Amino acid sequence: MFEFCLPAILGGKCIPSAALFGQLLIGLINGSFYALLSLGLAVIFGMLNIINFAHGAQYMLGAFTAYLLLQLTGLGYWPALVIAPIVVGITGIIVERTMLQWLYKLDHLYGLLLTFGIALILEGVVRNKYGSAGLPYTLPDSLRGGQNLGFMFLPNYRAWVIGASLVVCFGTWFIIERTRLGAYLRAATENPTLVRAFGINVPRMITLTYGFGVALAAFAGVMAAPIYNVSPQMGSELIIVVFAVVVIGGMGSILGAIFTGFGLGVIEGLTKVFFPEASNTVIFVIMAIVLLVRPAGLFGRRA
Amino acid sequence: MEPAAIEQKDESAPAIRAGGVPVAFAIMLALIAAAPFVTYPLFVMQVLCFALFACAFNLLIGYVGLLSFGHALYFGWASYVCAHTAKVWGLPPELAILTGAAFACGCGIVAGSLAIRRQGIYFAMITLALAQMMYFFALQAKFTGGEDGIQGVPRGKMFGVLDLGNELVMYYVTAAIFLTGFLLIYRIIHSPFGEVLKAIRENEARAISLGYKTDRYKLMAFVLSATLAGVAGATKAIVLQQASLTDVNWPMSGEVVLIALLGGLGTLFGPVLGALIILAMQYKLSSFGEWVLVAQGAIFVLCVLLFRRGIVGEIANFFRIRL
Repeated sequence: MFEFCLPAILGGKCIPSAALFGQLLIGLINGSFYALLSLGLAVIFGMLNIINFAHGAQYMLGAFTAYLLLQLTGLGYWPALVIAPIVVGITGIIVERTMLQWLYKLDHLYGLLLTFGIALILEGVVRNKYGSAGLPYTLPDSLRGGQNLGFMFLPNYRAWVIGASLVVCFGTWFIIERTRLGAYLRAATENPTLVRAFGINVPRMITLTYGFGVALAAFAGVMAAPIYNVSPQMGSELIIVVFAVVVIGGMGSILGAIFTGFGLGVIEGLTKVFFPEASNTVIFVIMAIVLLVRPAGLFGRRA
Repeated sequence: MEPAAIEQKDESAPAIRAGGVPVAFAIMLALIAAAPFVTYPLFVMQVLCFALFACAFNLLIGYVGLLSFGHALYFGWASYVCAHTAKVWGLPPELAILTGAAFACGCGIVAGSLAIRRQGIYFAMITLALAQMMYFFALQAKFTGGEDGIQGVPRGKMFGVLDLGNELVMYYVTAAIFLTGFLLIYRIIHSPFGEVLKAIRENEARAISLGYKTDRYKLMAFVLSATLAGVAGATKAIVLQQASLTDVNWPMSGEVVLIALLGGLGTLFGPVLGALIILAMQYKLSSFGEWVLVAQGAIFVLCVLLFRRGIVGEIANFFRIRL
């Protein structure tokens, strides 16, 4: 066992390595969720020009769908990981078709206000039904246990969450930046009228993009269910942090969103080790510093 | 990119008639004077505090086009500072309220100068994030009392003569504070300074090209709005004799957006009517648990989809007057 010490200027606090790596791991887990959610926000913003305030509520809905599948039908974690994103994604598509599509010509702020309203409705309905206490979601048997890496103990489930979110994040990046479908998407972001003139159904593409972004949030929600308790307010607390992440990274770059999400998760984890009282606020402080130094965000371009 | 502005005007509309504001103001004045004899003064005082809060918020969104999603910071923190100075330091109520407002003003300077570095949607997210940061400070700080808040704040004697322990005296003092704030906002909007703000809302690039340092104007408007929100929060602490975490948390920021949106963004009287309706709704629905949240969300959705001008905005549009 060895210890890590901060330089004297930062207080010189010493921490055993196991605690340090443990918090680093938690940081990476939180970072996975920041990355998945800010990625979804960026994809939706790119296509719809709307900041999806309901993103946190849809993440919560994903976790609740997994919980309900287990309680009502006995379907476990693996089916839920597929079914919940599809179900929540479909509700997203319905929201886009019935409400959001009327707002594209208006100021961006109306999209924010509308999705905020949707978030309140979703959270309120779930709270009425299940109260605001957290509900436990049991781990799938196949992911119990863990590996002893010598310097720390790595639970299998946490390794799976980090691996799966990395795959999903880079998969999304690959689709958008490297495939033909992604090229259509990027073109439609730049100039929807021209892309429509080429015979591509842009409105349908917008609808599916929103559905996909929402499904990403629900996917993150299912993965979060066994780690955190499933509770109605799990999304609203997270989404504000994710907003700060998005301000830091800027929404112009997919890779930027992924990198910023994981990076800030790790920084938050490290802060929890050395300055526990600052762990809630560190991301907001970083946001303030970034705004002072690089107002457009780390990966943003000046409008 | 087009600057973020919430548009209220109908370009093709016939000329707007004068006279709406004095009539509406007279009605409001009469209602405020009579209200404590018709309904609970405590309820009306709360409405007045929230009305001033929403008017301050509306100054920013309605006349500069900046959507702050973090106004709970100024409202809630001013409330804490006022409650603390009145209870622990033993300041008289007028000084406690001023201290609270001064603190909100300081927060507004810091948060405002950070937030105006980005436009539109980012502005909203930054203000929300900064407010959340200050919420965590309120949660952890010793003097705020954490989850319990600050209870039993003395109302004291205003200027040493007005005994605020008397419900009716408290009521008219609150009404006077509200009316002062309301008239100040009216004055700001109709001053040359206010005209520049509206120019920034309509077309910031053009305002810059005319030689206005728009960042300074935006910051000034932000600080004024934050300070007035602070006055509202501090007054509420004296009225209810307590300060709590609810007032600094993000749902409060959402609530003030809702109040202004329902009443009518960019209208003078909208936030006042909005505050009355939303608080009455909360009062009526208080026994139905979380359905308040659902109702608030539904009002958001309906307002955005069906009547973006808000109630007062629709009335003003119908009668071709300015309200």
